[in-house]
Amino acid sequence: MGEAATKSNPTEDRLATLSMPSNGWADDARKAAVSRVREMGLPGRRDEYWKFTRPDTLVQADAPQAALFHSDEAPLFDEMDRLKIVFVDGVFDAEQSDDLTLAGVRIDRLADSADIHWASDLYGTLEGNGHYVPRPLAALNTAYATDGVLIHVTGKAEKPINFIYLHENETSDAILHHVVKLDAGAELTLLETGPAAARFNKCMEVDVANTATFHHVRAQGRDHERRAATHIFARLGTESVFKTFTLTVNGRLTRNECVVELTGDDAVAHVAGACVGDGDFHHDDTVFVTHDALRCESRQVFKKVLRNGAVGVFQGKILVKEGAQKTDGYQISQSLLLDDDSQFLAKPELEIYADDVACSHGSTSGAIDEEALFYLRSRGVPADIATDLLTLAFLAEAVEEIEDEVLRDALVERLQGWLERHRG
Amino acid sequence: MLNIKDLHVQLEEEEKQILKGVDLTVEAGKVHAIMGPNGSGKSTLSYVLSGRDGYEVTGGEATLDGEDLLDMEPEERAAAGLFLAFQYPVEIPGVGNMTFLRTAVNAQRKARGEEELSAADFLKTIRERAKALKIDADMLKRPVNVGFSGGEKKRNEILQMAMLEPKMCILDETDSGLDVDAMKLVAEGVNALRNEGRGFLVITHYQRLLDHIKPDVVHIMADGKIVKTGGPELALEVENNGYADILAEVA
Repeated sequence: MGEAATKSNPTEDRLATLSMPSNGWADDARKAAVSRVREMGLPGRRDEYWKFTRPDTLVQADAPQAALFHSDEAPLFDEMDRLKIVFVDGVFDAEQSDDLTLAGVRIDRLADSADIHWASDLYGTLEGNGHYVPRPLAALNTAYATDGVLIHVTGKAEKPINFIYLHENETSDAILHHVVKLDAGAELTLLETGPAAARFNKCMEVDVANTATFHHVRAQGRDHERRAATHIFARLGTESVFKTFTLTVNGRLTRNECVVELTGDDAVAHVAGACVGDGDFHHDDTVFVTHDALRCESRQVFKKVLRNGAVGVFQGKILVKEGAQKTDGYQISQSLLLDDDSQFLAKPELEIYADDVACSHGSTSGAIDEEALFYLRSRGVPADIATDLLTLAFLAEAVEEIEDEVLRDALVERLQGWLERHRG
Repeated sequence: MLNIKDLHVQLEEEEKQILKGVDLTVEAGKVHAIMGPNGSGKSTLSYVLSGRDGYEVTGGEATLDGEDLLDMEPEERAAAGLFLAFQYPVEIPGVGNMTFLRTAVNAQRKARGEEELSAADFLKTIRERAKALKIDADMLKRPVNVGFSGGEKKRNEILQMAMLEPKMCILDETDSGLDVDAMKLVAEGVNALRNEGRGFLVITHYQRLLDHIKPDVVHIMADGKIVKTGGPELALEVENNGYADILAEVA
């Protein structure tokens, strides 16, 4: 594109370090995505959409080093019957993965899928549509993803699928792209666990057809120094359901974007997240929900607990298009600041072009409830345990967005353990 | 058991003296009542003893079985055997009543070097004690005090007291906001806990609670001091004549 630059251009510098994999059916989509990246340019510090989060380390040529963390815990959801698909630093690991066959589902790998493919209509399409606001890191992902999983759900999936992302290399730089297509009436629960890499760029496109149901629960691990930019693009058909929840207890830098389009009437989208940040931790949830059909419901519920200078960001938007009557949109983002050094930055937005809708949003930021803390301590509960109890209680509203009780309990139990280990 | 000597307390925020030399001793096995007009410092005394922030002790001492209470964190005071039944029990959304109580019981046991109560033993004990206070399973599961009526909150306080088995119980206006039946139930709960090893300090405005929880000693507090001490008849005198006569008499 254009003339040779006389001074360095961060976008071209980054592109120069990458080589585009070829897998036939996706090549056109990849090339189109590169054009989008060049058009938008990779994010810089002055970009409005990156006002609260510095993108430098997500954009620079090499992944900043991230120390490994060895946990003695059993893997999350270990006791559940699920189909495991394991990536180590972004590379598929067949040894540790289960056989990729599951009743009601067809599973392929992006890296080795056949030339003519069902995913060719989708790969890069939802990402390409999702640019009301520029999302160049997602376009970069579409262009250069080295692997990923393509899931076509034709019925009710027999059990959940679990992407497990292991981080074993201090400088790994992983780019994965997943596509999930749910046919009418199909159902899938997708779990994602683990920190993935020193730097992780992940994009997932989810097409939920009429009356289909997609549940997504993600835990980004704990205590890793990793950086991540993740995107979920979802398109929802009539009477479909899309629910996603993310727990984050680690990471130097995380930007989780979720872009949802409600295109069929009576669809439901819930996007929720809970994070606990300690010290050198920056977590950004950026959500964009578009209502473009009748009587759809959307909820955004985000809770953050921040201490020792941790920073939390929430940018959430509800866009109600003309004619999207009877829309029910809700958005809440709250932070619990455990000290004066921590920060929460929020930018809630509503943009409404229909006249018969109910939309609300709220954002709060506060310290721990001293009355409650004293009450607990007066019963003999030490201050640190009392703080943990109140922290869990604060996060509960977001965690309760997880519909499945078994998954919810597993996450709460793990979260409890993580809080305990962070003590003292 | 509880020894308070010449206790002086002021607010941390402003230089306002609230307690101006309180002397009080509660012996094991006894029930002491403190009555007094609004603003006399009764509630402040209970908060200072339990370790709430916002108060500065400027003189005097308070000990429980010889241990200096004022030097301890609130949770250490609790583990040492002090319990305050709050006038306004705090609502804690998101924390289950049962979880809260088990955490508290076991934290105290741990602090005293005792073994933690097993889940089964805890459950058995709490069911038994909750039943006596007409607290149903639903109230145990719900978040601490959230959506509880005034009476339920006070019964929940007494349940906590029954589970924690403190040496020294302070009840801060436990009768406020209670109807007659609820007050009786609460009083029965308290009376069931009376024994020779346990002391009680009952703070109240009204005689009627003392009809149900019979005190051994009644103190009248005014302007930050105990101004008169007597037997149960002192409470009746207040009921009949108000504080004016007593205050005039000691002035």
